[in-house]
Amino acid sequence: MKFTLSWLREHLDTDADLDVIVETLTRIGLEVEGVHNPGDALKAFRVAEVLTAERHPQADKLQVLSVDAGDGALQVVCGAPNARAGLIGVFGPPGAYVPGLDVTLKVAAIRGVESNGMMCSTRELELGEDHDGIIELPADAPVGTPFPDYAGLNDAVIDISVTPNRQDCMGVRGIARDLAAAGLGTLKPLTVPRSPVRPEPVEGHLSTSVTPAERGASTSSARTDVVPVEAPDVRTDDPAGCPAFYAQNVSGVANGESPEWLRRRLTAIGQKPISALVDITNYVSIDLGRPLHVYDRATLSGGLVARKAEDGEQVLALNGKTYTLDATMTVIADDAQVHDIAGIMGGEHSGVSADTTDVLIECAYFDPDHIARTGQKLLLTSDARQRFERGVDPAFLDDGLAIATRLVLDLCGGTPSPVTRAGEPPLAPRVHAYDPAKAETLGGLAVPADRQRAILESLGFVVGDDWQVTVPTWRRDVDGAADLVEEVIRIEGIDKVAPVPLPRTPGVAKPTATPEQKLERRVRRAAAARGLDEAVTWSFLSEAQAAPFGGGAWSLANPISEDLKVMRPSLLPGLLSATARNLKRGVTAVRLFEVGRRYLAEAERPTVGVVLAGNRRERGWREGKGAGFDAYDAKAEALALLAAAGAPVDNLQVMGEAGDAWHPGQSGTLRLGSKTVLARFGMLHPSLLKAFDLDGAVAAVEVYLDALPARRASGFMRPAFAPPALQSVRRDFAFLVPAGVSADALVRAVRGADKAAIVAARVFDVFTGVGVEDGHASVAVEVTLQPIDKSFTDADLKALADKVVAAAAKQGASLRG
Amino acid sequence: MSEDLDTLRDHLLTAIPAAASPEALEALRVEALGKQGSVTQLLKTLGKMTPEQRQSDGPRINGLREAVADAIATRKASLDRAALDARLASETLDMTLPAEAPLAGTVHPVSQVMDELAEIFADLGFAVATGPEIETDWHNFTALNIPETHPARAMHDTFYLQQGLDAKAGGTFDERATFSLLRTHTSPVQIRTMLQQQPPIRIIAPGRTYRSDSDATHTPMFHQVEGLVIDKGITLGHLKWTLETFLKAFFERDDIVLRLRPSYFPFTEPSAEVDVGYTIEKGKRVIGGSGGGWMEVLGSGMVHPKVIAACGLDPEEWQGFAFGCGIDRLAMLKYGMDDLRPFFDGDIRWLKHYGFSALDVPTLSGGVGAGA
Repeated sequence: MKFTLSWLREHLDTDADLDVIVETLTRIGLEVEGVHNPGDALKAFRVAEVLTAERHPQADKLQVLSVDAGDGALQVVCGAPNARAGLIGVFGPPGAYVPGLDVTLKVAAIRGVESNGMMCSTRELELGEDHDGIIELPADAPVGTPFPDYAGLNDAVIDISVTPNRQDCMGVRGIARDLAAAGLGTLKPLTVPRSPVRPEPVEGHLSTSVTPAERGASTSSARTDVVPVEAPDVRTDDPAGCPAFYAQNVSGVANGESPEWLRRRLTAIGQKPISALVDITNYVSIDLGRPLHVYDRATLSGGLVARKAEDGEQVLALNGKTYTLDATMTVIADDAQVHDIAGIMGGEHSGVSADTTDVLIECAYFDPDHIARTGQKLLLTSDARQRFERGVDPAFLDDGLAIATRLVLDLCGGTPSPVTRAGEPPLAPRVHAYDPAKAETLGGLAVPADRQRAILESLGFVVGDDWQVTVPTWRRDVDGAADLVEEVIRIEGIDKVAPVPLPRTPGVAKPTATPEQKLERRVRRAAAARGLDEAVTWSFLSEAQAAPFGGGAWSLANPISEDLKVMRPSLLPGLLSATARNLKRGVTAVRLFEVGRRYLAEAERPTVGVVLAGNRRERGWREGKGAGFDAYDAKAEALALLAAAGAPVDNLQVMGEAGDAWHPGQSGTLRLGSKTVLARFGMLHPSLLKAFDLDGAVAAVEVYLDALPARRASGFMRPAFAPPALQSVRRDFAFLVPAGVSADALVRAVRGADKAAIVAARVFDVFTGVGVEDGHASVAVEVTLQPIDKSFTDADLKALADKVVAAAAKQGASLRG
Repeated sequence: MSEDLDTLRDHLLTAIPAAASPEALEALRVEALGKQGSVTQLLKTLGKMTPEQRQSDGPRINGLREAVADAIATRKASLDRAALDARLASETLDMTLPAEAPLAGTVHPVSQVMDELAEIFADLGFAVATGPEIETDWHNFTALNIPETHPARAMHDTFYLQQGLDAKAGGTFDERATFSLLRTHTSPVQIRTMLQQQPPIRIIAPGRTYRSDSDATHTPMFHQVEGLVIDKGITLGHLKWTLETFLKAFFERDDIVLRLRPSYFPFTEPSAEVDVGYTIEKGKRVIGGSGGGWMEVLGSGMVHPKVIAACGLDPEEWQGFAFGCGIDRLAMLKYGMDDLRPFFDGDIRWLKHYGFSALDVPTLSGGVGAGA
């Protein structure tokens, strides 16, 4: 919401300067987003007279002027065709910045003749489009005066952000009222013409604050030859959507350009002046927050009715678009067609034009919820909608209409009709019981009751002796005691609220993170400690990226793009995209992880994703050639993260079936039991990688934190430390193992050979090739034997070795000779 | 006899220290102390001596044996040492060659700041709460006093889910149960917490949030932290203290200055936006003081009575405050990133630059912030 300082002062009688006003606006909740003084940019420019104009000796199209800008004659070279002796224009001295040219003037020779500045055109000063010649000011313009002062450009434009609850501040008057309540002067009374009048022409001046004397004079001078104008034929058949439809006709108007003051005011706040009738509706809307609509009566057939649209009914709106309506929407229509999407946008057909002579001015009250729903459905927003859906003042229909009509008469002439009032605006008083103690018990600020009463009254509330508070009609947002506290606090000064410590919760401080959160933290820091970099990637991705991971269960109806369309079923696609970007940037080793959710049909699941790509080991003087990542690197990460998460890693089963996204021979799942999949790991499928524009092999892990068994709370005590009394013994076995028998199966069998004595078994060498039978591998296993009561004898060891060999034989493995 | 002894002594105690190698030394040892050695032979003569003779010669002969044995041991140590020195000298390597670089991973700034927040608020008695990111209309809007026609809904640029639209079309839409949108703020966690838990309540709820917005300063996904206190007798004064305490602890500065501005959120009344003062240091905005101006950091207010009632609590009995704050923005203000978009790119160079060591666990005793 933009307005100028002078505009504000039409409503607010104040001595406060701009800085105080700006500071106060923000302090009371009308946040100032910007202040701009258009005059500042043109400070250096002055009103100047061209004393003489002679042809440039070296150029036909240039003239050499002698210019007086108040300090005596200066020589200026000028190319404008209208430059001539006696012209009063706008002069820019050396040092002035010309915004339309983006240059700073300096003394320079132009074709050999020195020029000490510039006479400017409208476009050069960014005051308009005209560039046919230099600006010509009236002959009485005072030479030497700074141009912004002469042209009235020193009028700061203030831009405030109006929160959705404050419809009343979508009009300059509402802002003035708030400032007055905050102690910045007094709100000027709003003078409203009470009856249709035949006005005398008023010379280009604001007439919303016409004095009673003026009004009396107008009335007394009403001419007798006026043909009475019939009151408009309007009614509402949709009292829910349009409870009240007031209207007034004016006949015999001339819809020309608005007067200078009105055009300047609209232009200053970025509105384009169109024609007097259109400008008047915009002006009243911005000035008083009262939207209006003006119809060209020549285009209407029969009376106007506010009614529900018919399903499929169409209207061509003023923005040039055709809207298809449905039966929930309120429209204004005549016998022939729809002329207005009620309260949102008028129709093209009945809009006013330069030829308009007879108009109907609509001042209606539309139900905010109806307006909001219609606007949302049509995806159509407008200044009118913004005001109506926030709730305009239902008690301001008569006054708004009278002010608008008066402006029409003033600016366009014509003869007004009586007012037609169809329906009733919702005017039931809204009264809330208020306890002034609440300012302190809720707002934290003790404000004396008298002061609270004064604040509320200055905002238009009526406060009874019993603290029954009646809400002003323009404050639809105030709905209870808490709102009244807010009014008091914001005007008194929310900065005065003193901080009060929250009492400490009694008792021993308990951990405030849930077990799930602690788990995520551990896993995250474990991953970072292992050299992985944590990324945060989008929760959404393309359907194609989701497909190899089971597809997205949730898709956005209004995605930003097709690339961000479905909620991710896996963390890997996002990490793979990041990996590809990194490799393209020349990063040689990618170790990325993310802790986040995957979004399944039934729930959001906490997950860790890891992607390893590029070099696991860079080439080096000790290690020689570099090496890439393989599936065992992925397995190591999976187990490390699971261990950090507290999973029983020694009891996990390694199984296949990682899924379509994975290399079928170099991937697996880590399971607790045979069903619960805790993690997937391995190399990714080359065709998946291709879709991500990745060439080389990529290893990956996905750990499903939600699948982990909950850790049992066991207190702080650990079991007693009891190291074995006797030293363990190691024995090595080399087996010839047929293909298809997994190392895991062999080791499990070996471990199971004597559950008491064998405490560990691990593969320490795997070999295929020369000396090993085809279709077999040599697998060397180190077995740790732990004596309990007494040391092993040779016979004990022999017996144990036989058990190991026998157990391995059941898996098809034989001891290598 | 005594002359022989002196001669032998001179010979051995000169030769032994001069032995050039372990082998030469061993030869001398055999010569003196071996079975047939000269000193051994002398020792054997002791048995045949008269007592008087033994009394005079015994100590001299034994003394010679000891002196020779000591000399041999000393020389042996010396030769061993020289041999070791020589071997070590031959093993010299170029100590300037590079060692293997340690693998150093990083924690993302968003995670780090979330941990910092949890630590700061734990000290104030706030638990960490979570909720779904795929939400219902009711939790995200209606229960928060944002009815369907409320203009604030338009401000939220909500991502809607096809599943919700389908449910609407199919007549199975349940505002309270149909997951129909991506949460636009962390405020629905307020609702879920109040529905699940009896007051008093003190929680923060950090997490991902979504709005259909993408430009230089907005990303369609971002992170927020919500704070909620519901208790008896809670006022705007408690809110102000909590925010001040939090921001001072977060930026680890005493000169944090807050400015509350009245504002509007449908779910709080009164509502306030909170600005924090900054100063300009070396051309950069640094939080603290207010010489440079004000920066908006969070929105807050007293929980609206309608919200409390929507969660089944009596607003006459319980009141409290809530606030919401952008985590990404907090991270940027504290650690100096000036662009939001790289947060979600996964650029390893950026992660290495702005990320945190796994060991930088925020603690109150060690300071919640991690230095560069």
